[in-house]
Amino acid sequence: MQFIKVRLDYLFRSTRGLTLVAIAVVSIITAIFGTLSGPMVEWGIKDITVRLLGMKLIETEREGRIIMLYHTIAMTVLAIEVYFMTEMLPMKRHEQVMINGTITAGYLTAAIFGLLFAYWGHNFTYHGLFLAGQSLVFFAGILLLAALWPWKKEYRLEKGSPYAHTKSGIDLERTAFFVMALAALVSASFGAVTGSFWSNGHETFLAEDLIRVPHKTYLQKAIIGHLHIMLTLVAVAITLIVGRWMKFKGILHKIAMPLMIIGVIGTTTGALSVVWLEWAHTIIYVGSTFIMLAALMYVIYAWDSLIREGTAGIRKPNFFQKLGALLKDPLKFGPGWQMVFMNFTVSGVGIFMAVKLEEIFRVWPHREERVTLTGHWHILAALIATIILMYFADLSGLKGKARKWFGWLLIIMSDIAFGSATLFSMKRLFVDEINQQGIVNTTMLLIDMGLGILLIALAIFMIWRLYDLLQKKGHWALEYAAERRVNAEAELADQKRKLEELNAILKEVSE
Amino acid sequence: MKRTSFILILLTLTLAACAPAPSVGAITPPYVDPGIDPESWAVVPAGEFPYGQHDHMTPVDYEYEIMVTDVTNEQYARFLNASLADGTIRIGEVEIEIGEKVWTEEGAYGFYPGEPFHGYEHEEEIKAGDKLYVSFEEGLRLTFDEQSKTFTAIPEYGNHPMTMVTWFGANAYCQYYDWRLPTEIEWEKAGRGTELVNGYGLPFPWGEHIERNNANYYSSSDLFEKMFGKLGNTTPVGFYNGRTYDGYVTLDSASPYGLYDMAGNVWQWTGDDYPDQHYRMLRGGSFYTYAVDLRVWKNNSAGPQFYSPAVGFRCTR
Repeated sequence: MQFIKVRLDYLFRSTRGLTLVAIAVVSIITAIFGTLSGPMVEWGIKDITVRLLGMKLIETEREGRIIMLYHTIAMTVLAIEVYFMTEMLPMKRHEQVMINGTITAGYLTAAIFGLLFAYWGHNFTYHGLFLAGQSLVFFAGILLLAALWPWKKEYRLEKGSPYAHTKSGIDLERTAFFVMALAALVSASFGAVTGSFWSNGHETFLAEDLIRVPHKTYLQKAIIGHLHIMLTLVAVAITLIVGRWMKFKGILHKIAMPLMIIGVIGTTTGALSVVWLEWAHTIIYVGSTFIMLAALMYVIYAWDSLIREGTAGIRKPNFFQKLGALLKDPLKFGPGWQMVFMNFTVSGVGIFMAVKLEEIFRVWPHREERVTLTGHWHILAALIATIILMYFADLSGLKGKARKWFGWLLIIMSDIAFGSATLFSMKRLFVDEINQQGIVNTTMLLIDMGLGILLIALAIFMIWRLYDLLQKKGHWALEYAAERRVNAEAELADQKRKLEELNAILKEVSE
Repeated sequence: MKRTSFILILLTLTLAACAPAPSVGAITPPYVDPGIDPESWAVVPAGEFPYGQHDHMTPVDYEYEIMVTDVTNEQYARFLNASLADGTIRIGEVEIEIGEKVWTEEGAYGFYPGEPFHGYEHEEEIKAGDKLYVSFEEGLRLTFDEQSKTFTAIPEYGNHPMTMVTWFGANAYCQYYDWRLPTEIEWEKAGRGTELVNGYGLPFPWGEHIERNNANYYSSSDLFEKMFGKLGNTTPVGFYNGRTYDGYVTLDSASPYGLYDMAGNVWQWTGDDYPDQHYRMLRGGSFYTYAVDLRVWKNNSAGPQFYSPAVGFRCTR
């Protein structure tokens, strides 16, 4: 019994454990539901999954199922990012516990009942619980906002701090996290309000299917704004998180944080004003430029730090020594690289599409345009996932060859897969339909191979964590002990502060 | 050693995939006769039917006829020869204009009177003038004899759907015989019928589920994919009618009104000219697309100048 209790304590009461559970949940969802599309259909795996698990798949509901699947994964990824935030940003222990507990209950409820509703027949109790779960995630967001409140005195930075701050000491990084979380809650409301019209004037749709419809309803526009900005904010969150991980500071930090705050406000305003404003895209372009510049500052800082650390013992390092230092640790090099790579496969493609929309993309049939659209946001989502995994692998204490193999496989295989997916989606630029077999075969194989190896690497990592969890004094035990120590120290400091406050009150009253 | 083996395996796999794959234009398939008459028409009676993905009951208050199969290469060749002879169409270079983009292509072309233009966002003006009907680009299953000025369908492709035809070309064919392209509503009703099963309209012409031998789509493993690879090629019209061809068993995949190829094989142009856009809708999915695009409510769209080896049409009257 003790064996289970201690492990459950670790899994549900520590940041590492909670993150491990959430990554396991995403992995299981991906492993099962990934068999329902793409090459898995061709190989007949879909039929086996459906039969084995007794799924009830009705053709007309496919889009609705996919939307619920996206939401369950999104909720889980949000939970992971929140766990990282509550661990790395100063806040009171009880705030951390409340936020983590609420969001865990929320995403698990949403994921379990959302998928049951979507794939195993329509029991509306499940749908209600899916909504309840999402509401809990939303409520956790409000708790997070309260905890992050950047104007609190205790979180102000001292004059001369290397971190971005205002004259009065307000921590601008904390403010950036706060603004991002606030924007996410406002954006979630857009999705929730539209969702409440479901079957009451609003019908399920995939945004990419409506791209050429000239007159979209307000509800459709609200959803389109919602989904774009939510993914952007998830990307902003992980950028801020890895910045914290890499101890991002100094002049670049001081430039980046105001840019990030303005960018998040601008992009969110633009994305949501799509509902009313015809020129909303202009606001989005300006806002996203600020975000991209902030991310660039991070990349410059992170890579410079890696080079400096790696060449610390060399008086005048040459180019190759610097390059070697930069590439020494793939887990720390990776987040920056994936952000750079994102520019070619996501931002670059998006800008190119916007510039050449009438001349190229709208001359293609809708289906070709749709492939490009779905491709670029799937790639963005998956690149974010690889960055999360890099950070978690570092937290898990992955060392030596395992660290290098895991890190490089994440980078190389994801880049092969997503680079190929970009080529696939843009293939009409290089080849006409009748001669496309070669490029289709090659890119499809590379996508499958890249993703396949990536998932195998993840599976091995997760199996290692599972094996470790079964050990009496595994890595998990060390993680848990370290976290308990940190928490106990924080709690003690909190109690001391509280005791001083209470003593001061007593003294004041007795006088 | 292990590392070298791993890299070698990767390289081999990649190179195998990069090996020149046969294009749809490079191989001629054997002639297959499915036994379905492309000249036949089906009657669709008046009445409401579940329209679109969300099954909105939509009235169609008139009876109409629609072709049982897509227009074939042979049929289109006959039209081209007849209209060439009476001067309705011409052969040569024709200018194609989409917004600010202008280019020329060689093919058969004819006059189109243009359309109302409202200048809505992304809308392109379709001006009156000569429009390309079929392009002479690779993929056309017709040959043109300069001396006799006649088109002939490549024999093995005679009963395959006519492709490489623009919306203008499809529209001209139907109008030449006093027919027209079906509207999206007419097309979908003919494709799925009026039946509701458990409250849902049919997602596929033949029923609720799709099997590989129901239709010609991406990686459906049909006879022609063995020759052309997973992307495949067109199949003769009415191929999926329950017959067995050289050991390949098909399922009878007719729609409730007896139409064939309403899912897969080639996308089909429809006739609607929607306000504030120049796009024309395509229905049915094709041999290039996944099964999800074969669901009867799914549409695709393209400018009327677009043509492709995976786009054809049928007429209604």
